[in-house]
Amino acid sequence: MSNSQRRVAIFGATSDIAAAYARRCAEARARLVLVGRDMAGLERLAADLKVRGAPEVIVRGADFTETGQLADVAEGAWSAFGGLDVVLIAYGSLPVQERLNSDPAEAEAALKLNFVSPALLANLLAARFEAARAGTIAVITSVAGDRGRQSNYGYGAAKAGLQTFLEGLRHRLYASGVNVLDIRPGFVATKMTAHLPQGGPLWAAPEKVAADIAAAVEKRAAVLYTPWFWKGIMTIVRGLPRPIFHRSKL
Amino acid sequence: MDVSTVKKTYGSWGGVLRAEHDVLLPATPDRAAAVLPGLPLRSAIAHGCGRSYGDVALNPGGTLIDMRSLDRFVAFDAGTGLLTCETGVTLADILAAISRPAPDGSGWLLPVMPGTRFVTVGGAIANDVHGKNAHHLGSFGCHVEALELARSDGARLWCSRTENSDLFAATIGGLGLTGLILTATLRLRHVAGLGVETEDIRFARLDDFFTLDAESADGWEYTAAWIDCLASGDDLGRGLYMRARHAPGVSAAPPSRTPKLSVPVTPPLSLVNGLSVRAFNAMYWRKLGPSGRKSGVGSYEKVFFPLDAIGGWNRLYGPAGFYQFQAVVPPRDARAVTAALLSAIAAAGQGSMLVVLKRFGDVRSPGLMSFPMPGITLALDFPNRDAATLGLLSRLDAIVMEAGGRIYPAKDFSMSRGSFTQGYPALSVFERHLDPVMSSAFARRMGITEGEGIS
Repeated sequence: MSNSQRRVAIFGATSDIAAAYARRCAEARARLVLVGRDMAGLERLAADLKVRGAPEVIVRGADFTETGQLADVAEGAWSAFGGLDVVLIAYGSLPVQERLNSDPAEAEAALKLNFVSPALLANLLAARFEAARAGTIAVITSVAGDRGRQSNYGYGAAKAGLQTFLEGLRHRLYASGVNVLDIRPGFVATKMTAHLPQGGPLWAAPEKVAADIAAAVEKRAAVLYTPWFWKGIMTIVRGLPRPIFHRSKL
Repeated sequence: MDVSTVKKTYGSWGGVLRAEHDVLLPATPDRAAAVLPGLPLRSAIAHGCGRSYGDVALNPGGTLIDMRSLDRFVAFDAGTGLLTCETGVTLADILAAISRPAPDGSGWLLPVMPGTRFVTVGGAIANDVHGKNAHHLGSFGCHVEALELARSDGARLWCSRTENSDLFAATIGGLGLTGLILTATLRLRHVAGLGVETEDIRFARLDDFFTLDAESADGWEYTAAWIDCLASGDDLGRGLYMRARHAPGVSAAPPSRTPKLSVPVTPPLSLVNGLSVRAFNAMYWRKLGPSGRKSGVGSYEKVFFPLDAIGGWNRLYGPAGFYQFQAVVPPRDARAVTAALLSAIAAAGQGSMLVVLKRFGDVRSPGLMSFPMPGITLALDFPNRDAATLGLLSRLDAIVMEAGGRIYPAKDFSMSRGSFTQGYPALSVFERHLDPVMSSAFARRMGITEGEGIS
């Protein structure tokens, strides 16, 4: 499929990875729908994307925690250009595990935003893609979903749930030729992780992750570890015997 | 969402100073503007890509406002070439996004490009950077139409040649001390060919530089010379003269947004030493072969951005880092003064491979504190050998002052207060426009923001 005039919708578009991916799309002359909560941030990004070459950018406000409104959110994005070729679901939060341990309400909110909401949205969009019999549904999960660890198992469990959901959705959409891409980034230097040290060889720039996403969309890949070395790291982490794993600080 | 403070280590590009700072990373211009009123007096400075060699964008004991998240374009008018963007946008990003050639090879280009494209627009304005075409088009600030400045009293002011013009003049080359530059409008230029025609010519002595330069002045837009700083006696000032101009109809793709090769780690010792510099200079001076001349047509990347070929090249100088020195001396005695500077360097045997000699013209920048002025400018690196290097720098400083020249703050780590005051006679006017919250290691070293706040 040619990039030109491709129709792309990005949910949670002001996140650093999503914005970097949107810029790649804009430079390839795609038309874009940006969906998110921060309208000023969306407008600011839309102006940027137009300068970079996007022929048309439409912004739509949405609160992804209001799952009752997700049907309207999906419809609004789908109808902006009369159909879509690619969607990227990129929103989420990075909660502090200790706070989830002491506050069930916060834990519930984190599970909802990182699992329930994106799963429901992907399913709502899937019905439309299935009827169109083409396109890609890409969703950002995380390497944290590969094994529950004491430091972030609330977040990890939500992402693991999402990974399993996408696995099933991919199975369902296979017959209609729609690809489902599960994107599993490792440490990415973004606003969401600005409080962490962000140095060292394991940390990637959002632009690198966005480039990997763009390539995986073209290849119609099923699961993307980005950067690539996380695939090996998570194979080891998953394979660690419990007696060793339990003594680790992971 | 608030802008929270994190502790992080930031260093000068030369690596002589590395220190932990309280860092604010505002995500938008609004948030950047909002942090200023809450900060103590004389406590903060903006920071971009960290390419300043010295301490103009450092502030140990105080706050750095890292502006790199303000990286959005706002608007581009392909009819007029006016580009408005946030000031954390890099020049590399502008080239990649805007300077894409039309089918006939023409396109919009940054009118002024410094030796590295990995700098922010804010840094380019605050240091009023220049490039190889300074004798034709002046400095970066000459092409700034307007800028939006946030001040610590909460004001957000658009400044231009007609609106808040005093602040506009103080902010261009103002080293970030007049407030935070949030957004800027630049006037890009349209060229008939983004590609360039180049000519490199070997010359045997300093006098030949002046001859070649005079002969190239009109026909060649981009000029600079590499000098073998270890040559002395009859060979003093020998080097390679490099000139380039846009070639109509010749296309050139934008250079990459990130360096292709990089130095991954800092070696334990400087790889730039007497032996390696001697070997490099001997080979480099001979690289043009027996004819001593080479010409080409094509991409501008290597011509404009020689420093970007290898990412993290500053690490080659090892843990001690290096000093950079750049000064300009007036045209009247330029030949003799340049010879005196080169003799002092050759006698000390301390230079490196990166030595550039170039003539500035008389295109005036609007900036009060801008470095470029008519004359000859010499720039070079010195591996940090502590007292020996500082001694040489102070001798060079004295020669430049004697000649009525000035030293470039963006590259400085050692000039005296007296030299700063003498080199920048508009300093007292500039000081009226300082924002009370802003300060930097450089500002305190020069006594610009004395008497209040952190010391």
